[in-house]
Amino acid sequence: MIGFSVHRLWAVVTKELRQLKRDRLTYAMIVGIPIMQLLLFGYAINMDVRHLPAAVVDQAHSSRSRQVIDELHQSRVFDFLYAPATSSGAQTLLRNGDVKVIVVVPADFEHRLTTDQPPLQLIVDGSDQVVQQAARQLSQFPVRAYLRGQSLSPPSSPVAVAAYYNPRRQAPLNTVPGLIGVILTMTMVMFTAIALVREREHGNQEFLITTPLSSAELTLGKVLPFIGIGVIQTSLVLLLGHLIFQVPVRGPLLDLYLAALVFIVASLALGILISTVVRSQFQAMQAAIFTFLPQILLSGFMFPFEGMPRPAQWFAEILPLTHFVRLSRGIMLRGADLTSLWPELLALGVFSAVALGVAILRVNKRLD
Amino acid sequence: MTDQDAGPAILTRGLTRRFGDLVAVDHLDLSVPRGQVYGFLGPNGCGKSTTIRMLCGLLLPSEGDIQVLDLDIPRQAEALKQRIGYMTQSFSLYRDLSVRENLDFVARLFGLSRGRRRERLDQLFHTYRLGTLADQLAGTLSGGQRQRLALAAAVLNDPELLFLDEPTSAVDPQSRRDFWDVLFGLADGGTTLLVSTHYMDEAERCHRLAILQDGALVAEGSPARLKEEMRGVSLLVTTANPRRAQHALDDQEGVRSCAQIGATLRVLVDDEATLATVRQRVRDVDPDATVAVTDVNLEDVFVAATLGRPEHGEARS
Ligand SMILES: Nc1ncnc2c1ncn2[C@@H]1O[C@H](COP(=O)(O)OP(=O)(O)OP(=O)(O)O)[C@@H](O)[C@H]1O
Ligand SMILES: [Mg+2]
Repeated sequence: MIGFSVHRLWAVVTKELRQLKRDRLTYAMIVGIPIMQLLLFGYAINMDVRHLPAAVVDQAHSSRSRQVIDELHQSRVFDFLYAPATSSGAQTLLRNGDVKVIVVVPADFEHRLTTDQPPLQLIVDGSDQVVQQAARQLSQFPVRAYLRGQSLSPPSSPVAVAAYYNPRRQAPLNTVPGLIGVILTMTMVMFTAIALVREREHGNQEFLITTPLSSAELTLGKVLPFIGIGVIQTSLVLLLGHLIFQVPVRGPLLDLYLAALVFIVASLALGILISTVVRSQFQAMQAAIFTFLPQILLSGFMFPFEGMPRPAQWFAEILPLTHFVRLSRGIMLRGADLTSLWPELLALGVFSAVALGVAILRVNKRLD
Repeated sequence: MTDQDAGPAILTRGLTRRFGDLVAVDHLDLSVPRGQVYGFLGPNGCGKSTTIRMLCGLLLPSEGDIQVLDLDIPRQAEALKQRIGYMTQSFSLYRDLSVRENLDFVARLFGLSRGRRRERLDQLFHTYRLGTLADQLAGTLSGGQRQRLALAAAVLNDPELLFLDEPTSAVDPQSRRDFWDVLFGLADGGTTLLVSTHYMDEAERCHRLAILQDGALVAEGSPARLKEEMRGVSLLVTTANPRRAQHALDDQEGVRSCAQIGATLRVLVDDEATLATVRQRVRDVDPDATVAVTDVNLEDVFVAATLGRPEHGEARS
């Protein structure tokens, strides 16, 4: 082998940047994907529930029962569409699918408040996961505390309840740190795999092999620009997350960027590995999505890590996104720094080394 | 000029490449002298590209030895890369880069300094008439322009040995001629060229030729010698109804091939003795037909060689 040449590496990097500049679509996707995902996960795919159609059966008819109902209404979890007189009338509505939830305020509501008996009754459509989750939220509704506070202070301060319930504030807070990782995974893995395969598919490789360019120089030169792109995407999500959803970075910003950098390298390594397995750009895209799905589902980004079965948790430990979600949440939300999160960095490092190692073995074979 | 220049540019012994059960190149013994234009002639899929790839060190041979410019291939393939140029069969530069950007990229891969790059690019723009196209994207070039760009990229490092794999497909006759003038210019400058082609007029211009069939060498030599030594006779049949005449000669003993060229029929037969039979057959169809012996051309050689007659004079073992 001829030695590694920085000049040749740089020649490849500048060539890639030139091509990227002309590739409007990729260009648009690099900026478009983060913005779209941020808005999508921030607004649309809100994993907290709002505006469930509901019926309320008020059997107490007291001012306090009306206050509680009004408060529930303002939480926006429920839209009280019906107020039938009897609970059997409400159950018909539930069966017909007109409502998903029935809130019953029993006749002895005032009495129950002073005892250990639950003051409110909730009848839900058990066939709907979303509704069950809402019911869980509601069971934490501080009816007693609220009513006690209410009796002490003027009626114009239901803020404590509103903040507790406002899901618009909480969801992006939890989502954005992981979302940085999701976006980086998507673009880094797919774009690198495609970019590397393109050279082969377009027949450029056949000419390049007869020049002094080594495959290490070619591969590295092609992926280096993506590190810059990844850093730009990270900054974009952080900035928009801050401006639109007031997502904070409580830990050191430098540590967050370092974590992102290590994660970018791990994703590039995965992209390089994919490129050595597939034969066409289309296959590269499929393979990238194939690795993307388990990452988004099992990393703890979408569903709580603790809620998954053990084997799924073990498997998730292999995935780079799992570790990055922990890193970014730790730094952004808990204000941790890298010294306390080093095992996650180490895991990403090991993943990169293994992926690159396998890729190098496969490239040597392929050069035939 | 070093003393190494004495040996042939390319020497192979028993060169073989298999893809699964398919034998793409079959025990090829080649010897390509330096400073010449050497032609590779053969039908589609006969192994021309595969052979060239092995000679460049792109593909490992299944069997056999290769020496290119006195280097052992594939062992010393890296050292070879500085000294050869390769113009691939399909365009292998970047369509989304301009002519200048493509050549500049290649020049940087070969480690040319900024000043040298500018100088060399200007030379190439001039020689290959690319000056006015310098800032056009390679993907928008015409077939002939693209081929000039590919050649410019292949010779950028002043290679001692240049491989050209069907360089003139998709190029008009005048451009092909110009292209060959450039090739001879390179050969005069001491470069060895190995060119694969389907065109007989191009094959005719080579100093030496190798005719391949199913991966095996079936004829080798200068075009003149190949024609001289071909066993067989070419006949020209002039008739009002060439198609019916051709039918009449189907399956005729001693007739190797039959091709209609305008209003005449070119017939390749084993020997002069067959002439009488042919004349008889043709006159059965058209009493006014004439049959005359004509000069053997390279196409006859090619047809004779690739029909796979083992008794052919030039076939090597
Ligand atoms: N990578 C490969 N895998 C399997 N078979 C191959 C491969 N490359 C070439 N072949 C086969 O080897 C044979 C020779 O192919 P090659 O490309 O060398 O032909 P060629 O003489 O260049 O043909 P053409 O004139 O059409 O370019 C063909 O039958 C082809 O299908
Ligand atoms: Mg070919």
